[in-house]
Amino acid sequence: MRIALFVTCLVDFFRPTIGFAAVKLLQEAGCTVEVPRAQTCCGQPAYNSGDRADAKAIAMQVLDAFEGYDHVVAPSGSCAGMIRRHYPELFADDPAVLPRAQRLAARSWELVSFLVDVCRVHAVAARWDREVTYHDACSGLRELGVRDQPRRLLASVGGLTLRELPGAETCCGFGGTFCIKYPDISDKMVNDKEAEIVATGAEAVLAGDLGCLLNIAGKLHRRGRWIEVRHVAEVLARMTEEVPPIGAPR
Amino acid sequence: MLATSGTFEANARAGLANDNLQRALALMRSGFPQRRRLAVERLPEFEALREIGKSIKDHTLEHLDFYLELFEENVLASGGQVHWARTPEEACGAVLAICRSVDARLVTKGKSMIAEEVGLNEYLEKNGITTVETDLGEYIIQLRHEPPSHLIAPAIHLMKEQVADTFRAEHRTLDPERSLAEARQLCDEARAVLRPRFLAADVGITGANFLVAETGSSIIVTNEGNGDLTQTLPRVHIVMTSLEKLVPTLEDATTLLRLLARSATGQEFSSYTTVSTGPRQPDDLDGPEQYHVVLLDNGRSALLASEFQDMLRCIRCSACMNHCPVYAAVGGHAYGWVYSGPMGAVLTPSLIGIAEAGHLPNASTFCGQCENVCPVKIPLPKMMRHWREREFADKLNPPVYRSGLSLWAWVARRPALYHALVELASRALGWLGRGRGRFRTLPFANGWTAVRDLPAPEGRSFHSLWAERRKGGTGK
Repeated sequence: MRIALFVTCLVDFFRPTIGFAAVKLLQEAGCTVEVPRAQTCCGQPAYNSGDRADAKAIAMQVLDAFEGYDHVVAPSGSCAGMIRRHYPELFADDPAVLPRAQRLAARSWELVSFLVDVCRVHAVAARWDREVTYHDACSGLRELGVRDQPRRLLASVGGLTLRELPGAETCCGFGGTFCIKYPDISDKMVNDKEAEIVATGAEAVLAGDLGCLLNIAGKLHRRGRWIEVRHVAEVLARMTEEVPPIGAPR
Repeated sequence: MLATSGTFEANARAGLANDNLQRALALMRSGFPQRRRLAVERLPEFEALREIGKSIKDHTLEHLDFYLELFEENVLASGGQVHWARTPEEACGAVLAICRSVDARLVTKGKSMIAEEVGLNEYLEKNGITTVETDLGEYIIQLRHEPPSHLIAPAIHLMKEQVADTFRAEHRTLDPERSLAEARQLCDEARAVLRPRFLAADVGITGANFLVAETGSSIIVTNEGNGDLTQTLPRVHIVMTSLEKLVPTLEDATTLLRLLARSATGQEFSSYTTVSTGPRQPDDLDGPEQYHVVLLDNGRSALLASEFQDMLRCIRCSACMNHCPVYAAVGGHAYGWVYSGPMGAVLTPSLIGIAEAGHLPNASTFCGQCENVCPVKIPLPKMMRHWREREFADKLNPPVYRSGLSLWAWVARRPALYHALVELASRALGWLGRGRGRFRTLPFANGWTAVRDLPAPEGRSFHSLWAERRKGGTGK
């Protein structure tokens, strides 16, 4: 299968290791991976700010850049959800573009659900001796139904024990521009999340979306908690040795 | 009611700093969602029921003119009257005229969000008519001169110790040494105080959960039975309601009732479900002599055929706010008007204007929990986004936000430039944060760093590393 990786703007800027982990996992699943150079962002900041014109312009760029691949995969439920669920809605009143948007939507996936649901990967050859907890990022969970897939693959990681997080399905308070527009409310939400993570006693917290992870890591560190924060793909792809945890000293 | 939605940020900060409120919200957060989940698990056809509920409401809204006329026809046939009110003023005026026609002095009230919306209590009090709320939560907040903070639990922002203090301050003829430590004692005291009011009232005003077109009936659900005493004991029963409460048939209403109680409180059915059809008939043992329905529009008909029409499906169950992490953080009063939580974030701007209520649809992470639990599948995040679109089109966002967004979008449409800038910024911030791996403060990132650290980037962008590895043939 010829796969185009949608890197996502946060991974591109903050943590390229997640992108390389995605490439590795996809290649190990038998995919040929390409990274179209003409990609920047999925357009979500504009879309969720009510700026439909800019959102459409950026979405058009994505439609062009990702034409002709079997599938498009992103290491983020949020960006994959934008393409899969919201591009058709964005072009609903544009019959010239809508079919293209629908075609792209139908073959765009969040990384871990793609590995499990499409590539039929049911186990990975990774080892990580940690007690971890897992936060379900909202868009992946509720827009794309990503819930069991990461747990299934994590269960195959040697040495890893999953301690379920109470309130795993409650938003961490990131919400894109929300976290800077309403810092007080976001603070309360991520404080609650931090307390729940600490209460699990886990040594590490994983999730499938870098936005949530930056928020959670930032709060844990502000409160002096040195629980490892990582994208689930880093663990599945055996890349935890290559970079320190998110926000940790080098 | 005077709106304070414009100061949402300050309201929210006050809510976050209010310890009693935070304790009350923590109780709510663990209570309602859990009870709903258990109720839904016990009903395998719940998902199918949601789809049916949605289609009943959609069908009614598509033919609202027809069903409204049918409803009025059947109310008249059963001996009642319908008063059409375009505005809050017309609704209040209609109620006052009815009260004056029977020389009413004392009005008892069941819970009605429409009465809150039009500011009925203040209006009647100003015109010399005493109003007494009979829903326990509404009674408490009436004593405290507060607006409701929740659709079905209007005093949910209070702890029982605060209610005890309020009762001591207001029920001055009772023994000041009495114990009010238990919820039961508070209920008993309210019941004892309210009972003579029920008997003395000239007019009883209730809301309606549903209006049934085929019979001209109004339906209310309560768990306290106060609604029944309010509407059957006085000589006159006034139903304060709005036009989207309509459903075609009694069967439709029962379908929606199955969704309502489970979504609201996790009950299979509310303790009291009462259908009222017209005034007392010759063979009836009791009931009011007059039955009036005041039907408020207040901007709702303008939502028909707009991108907000789906909002008119709302059955006011409160599941969206019960599951909303933003509501759970700040409480209902932060929203600054009658309706709060996700449904308020969509409905309030359409009733008081997006200029005043602009914060409400913005103060959401779009986490999707509200849509997920809505019994009639209202796409609440999508409609909040539609409000943001209106706001953006009307240039109501702060200029610095607008220009920042345009600049970002301009760059994002130029991949070569974008990649160069990202690489530059990633290298710079990666270098600056190379020791600690994170920033405690950073210029222009105060919204982020005020409450949390910012993890430092690794120091190179993915795209430049990828390009290098391609070129060097070392791509991983």
